[in-house]
Amino acid sequence: MADPMLRPEPDALLASAAREGRGRLKVFLGAAPGVGKTYAMLEAAQARQREGVDVAAAVVETHGRHETEAMLRDLPVLPRRPLVYKGRILTEMDLDGLLARRPDLALIDELAHTNVEGSRHEKRWQDVEEVLAAGIDVYTTLNVQHVETLNETVARITGIRVRETVPDRMLDEADEIELIDLPPEELLQRLHAGKVYVQDQAARAVRAFFAKGNLVALRELSLRAAADRVDAELREHMAAHAIPGPWPAQDRLLVVVTEDPVTRDAIRVAKRSADRARTEWIALSVLSSQAERLTSEAKDRIADFLRLAERLGAELATIEAEHDAVAEVLSFARRHNVRRIVLGRPGAQTWLERLGRWAGAGTLARDLLRQGRDFEITIASGSAPRPGRRTEWPPRRTREGLGVYAAAPLAIALATSAAWAIDTLIPAPSLSLIYMTAVVAVAAIRGIGPAVLAAALGFLAHNFFFVEPRHTFTVAERGELLTLLLFLVASTVTGNLAAQLRARVQAQRAIVDRLGKLHDFGRRVASGATRDDVVWAIVSNVAGTLGCDTLLLAPDDDGGLAVVGGFPPEDRIETRDMTAARFAWDKGEATGRGTGTLPTADWYFLPVRAGDRRLAVLGLRLGDDARLALLDRPLIDSLADQVALALERVRLAEELSRTQLASETERLRTALLSSVSHDLRTPLVTIIGAADSLAEDAGSLAPEARLTLAETIREEGQRLDRYVQNLLDMTRLEHGALRPRPIAVDVADLVGQARHRLRRALERYPIEVDLPADLPMVDVDLTLTEQVLVNLLDNAAKYGPEGRPIRIAARTLGSEVELSVSDDGPGIPPEQRERVFGMFVRLEDSDRHRAGTGLGLAIARGFIEAQGGTIHAEAVREDGTGTRMVLALPTFQEDLTS
Amino acid sequence: MTSAARILIVDDEAPIRRFLRIALESEGYEVVEAGTARDGIRAAAHEQPAAVILDLGLPDADGLAVLRGIREWSQMPVLVLSVRSDEGGKVAALDAGAQDYVTKPFGTREFLARLRALLRDRGEPSPSPSVLEIGDLRIDAAAHTVTKASEPVRLTRREFDLLWLLASHAGRLVTQGQILRTLWGPAHAEDSQYLRVYVRQLRAKIGDDASDPRYIFTEPGVGYRFRSQGPDHI
Repeated sequence: MADPMLRPEPDALLASAAREGRGRLKVFLGAAPGVGKTYAMLEAAQARQREGVDVAAAVVETHGRHETEAMLRDLPVLPRRPLVYKGRILTEMDLDGLLARRPDLALIDELAHTNVEGSRHEKRWQDVEEVLAAGIDVYTTLNVQHVETLNETVARITGIRVRETVPDRMLDEADEIELIDLPPEELLQRLHAGKVYVQDQAARAVRAFFAKGNLVALRELSLRAAADRVDAELREHMAAHAIPGPWPAQDRLLVVVTEDPVTRDAIRVAKRSADRARTEWIALSVLSSQAERLTSEAKDRIADFLRLAERLGAELATIEAEHDAVAEVLSFARRHNVRRIVLGRPGAQTWLERLGRWAGAGTLARDLLRQGRDFEITIASGSAPRPGRRTEWPPRRTREGLGVYAAAPLAIALATSAAWAIDTLIPAPSLSLIYMTAVVAVAAIRGIGPAVLAAALGFLAHNFFFVEPRHTFTVAERGELLTLLLFLVASTVTGNLAAQLRARVQAQRAIVDRLGKLHDFGRRVASGATRDDVVWAIVSNVAGTLGCDTLLLAPDDDGGLAVVGGFPPEDRIETRDMTAARFAWDKGEATGRGTGTLPTADWYFLPVRAGDRRLAVLGLRLGDDARLALLDRPLIDSLADQVALALERVRLAEELSRTQLASETERLRTALLSSVSHDLRTPLVTIIGAADSLAEDAGSLAPEARLTLAETIREEGQRLDRYVQNLLDMTRLEHGALRPRPIAVDVADLVGQARHRLRRALERYPIEVDLPADLPMVDVDLTLTEQVLVNLLDNAAKYGPEGRPIRIAARTLGSEVELSVSDDGPGIPPEQRERVFGMFVRLEDSDRHRAGTGLGLAIARGFIEAQGGTIHAEAVREDGTGTRMVLALPTFQEDLTS
Repeated sequence: MTSAARILIVDDEAPIRRFLRIALESEGYEVVEAGTARDGIRAAAHEQPAAVILDLGLPDADGLAVLRGIREWSQMPVLVLSVRSDEGGKVAALDAGAQDYVTKPFGTREFLARLRALLRDRGEPSPSPSVLEIGDLRIDAAAHTVTKASEPVRLTRREFDLLWLLASHAGRLVTQGQILRTLWGPAHAEDSQYLRVYVRQLRAKIGDDASDPRYIFTEPGVGYRFRSQGPDHI
């Protein structure tokens, strides 16, 4: 019946899927304290328990009410965790105990509760999220005034603001909401009967809160909140099941985040509007050069607002705008299909700011209204108390305070002196230009505010000192008046232009500075070759760029998280910090100091990811100023991106080298196979053939022929034996199973042994041995070194012409003995002299049957290097003929104690 | 060879047993075979062989177990068959009482020479000749003199004792431990350093060349072997 074209929305399916394995959340929502939420929750819990569900009361506040306590009696109650806070012992829900206990259903009262400092999370709703994530169902209670976006409304209705808020998301994600409704009259009766627990607030406030009008309004709010969520569920169900529309167009809503406190209201308005319109929404902060100079208080506020927006479900975005912020905001909005823009109404300004604005700087709100005609623009009005300083747009420097204005009178005083001097020496008519110069100078150095002040002061000073009648503010001539007015206008305008120019220069400088830092960082981090280099580059450069201690944590082999680098070097962190890092890794969110999760940690942890792949966790130890300054955020995020790139690059490089290694292994395997099939079989063919002739012989073979056959079998058998020995040696080398046991060895013994083993192969070669009588013993493994010598002699016999001597020589060379084996063969071309030590490398030889297995020299090198010696090939004669294989072996140091 | 000495072969490889049997029987020995450690120990007890050829790699137990089983009640000569890479097994077998070894693969000549050297002392309660002549060396134990091609060789007391010890065991392996214990006393059984120095000096004096030895052969990591009197010096 379903239209095949109608596929469920992937996002909706994903959302449902993400919920699978999670516990289910049921919220008992009430309009006010005392409506009986806890009681209702316990009642429901008992019913579940009777059904055989394993219920545990993790935290239930009975507030001494007997009925409630009676309800709790039949339920298993988990012990609470005591915490010492400011000398008092307080108890909190034992989150870890609950997770360990793993009931089917946990009762967690008062969702909006704020945990005592030192708990894992700041808020109980965060605990609940973790419990749900662990697959445990949760029943909880909530009063409507604690819902984040309703908080403002409730405050306005009741005049009481509760500080404890719960993000709307909790309600959105609740699987069930039960509204505990009690008519206001009954609630008031209960209040008077002392059945309502009221925190120790002033009685007056309580009376105000429980006014009937308030209760009616609150009840309506909670009913609406519950109804909204039911609606949302229906919608999600429809989306998940591909039920056709009508869907609202996918336009989005955008809220502009500034440091103005009114932004908080704007965010809440945006959230409610977005919910109502069922659209996504974006919280956008604008970075400009002026923003660089915000007070840290203002930066904190912006960071707070962004976090609030994130909690409320907004997507966060930041744009950089050096001068025309409004145009950038509008362009962003167009690109992101935004229909509606919400921003806060800025508060009143000082006269000076108004003047400055009149001279060119508009408010964001006004400019948006003017330029963004194609958008629906909502100005949210604030109720929040404002801090001392006002909001301005573009944001103005505040750090330097009023001191900057001192430049204005100073400049005007200077200008006046200069004008006075000129006036006495050569009376000039256009002294106003001197003042104009002063104004422009002030604008360029101190910005627009002081420039406007300077213009005003200049206007007055010029009038007072140089306009007839002098030393009065009256103006005799109309022409002079016009000049003065024009001066005022001209100096304000030029001052403004100069100030804008200055702002732009500063903006560029800040952006260039940031880009420079990022570029530098990227370059330095990119130059690392190994993982360790890159990790070190990351931590040292992040630390250098941000000016704080830095850590990098990455998953270890056991699935844990371990510190892989730190600047200053550090390899351990406290358990608390490790827990925060673990959370950052698991949840993919920033944790630790300055965040909502484990804020008491010393470090701020930021997950580093490339696409969906989690790579590491970056830790920053921020100073006592715990908040991350907003303007560092884009930089930190960009750094995290760079870190991700660098780590990803290393990972890919490692993968690539693994692949190369694999292909080299593959080449060797192929070579080994062909070697085994050829080199192992050839002697066998001869042996079998010869043996067959002998076995089948009916007496026709001459005795010499029989002997020849038998000798062939022996020779080929010995060749096979050498080959098998090579393969065995190679295997030992390859598997690192080589354990050289060096002892004092007489080189002559070595030579004797090797010659003895090869006595048949060497029969047709005169062997010249040149060993000095005083040659010291060498400190080598006898068996391995003997094998090396056997391989070298074997090669010499293979490549040297029969009857030509093979020369074995040794000499002392410092703390080593140099032992060489030379043949009289054609020699190895210089470019091949290193290659011959590779595995399965054989020199092409016309005399193909002489070629060996291609393992002998590789084994020789492996054995010699494993004992701390070296081996190389050289030519015997100038013309490159003859091969000399030279071994350098460590001399045995006589132990003087024995 | 007058009495047909009985030789026990303990090896799990039938082809090896077969070729050893042919080689041994052609030399006039009587051959008994065993394919497992258990059969080997039993045959050693029941058949009373003159010598045992023992492979170290047996399917049911370590060849060393057979060796120890035999050594519990008999000092009969045991010749161990070892493989080249198994230095440790070889040394362990010698420590456990094996008299000698051959490294696989080996030629029959070498194998028979070893076995002959092992059986030489058997039955003859050593009249211990006071003069040994090997090659152009003449060693007189009573007179403490050595001549090489009739030229006197001057040896110290220790060098002479070393030469006598090796030469009186001609063709047989003499381990470093045996030499050190005999010449320097049990306390010095591990001091193979001394031994190397003396062997070097001795070789120089009797005109032997380690890189192409004619008299004293080094058995790497194990000991020395003096050439046997016969033509088959290995």
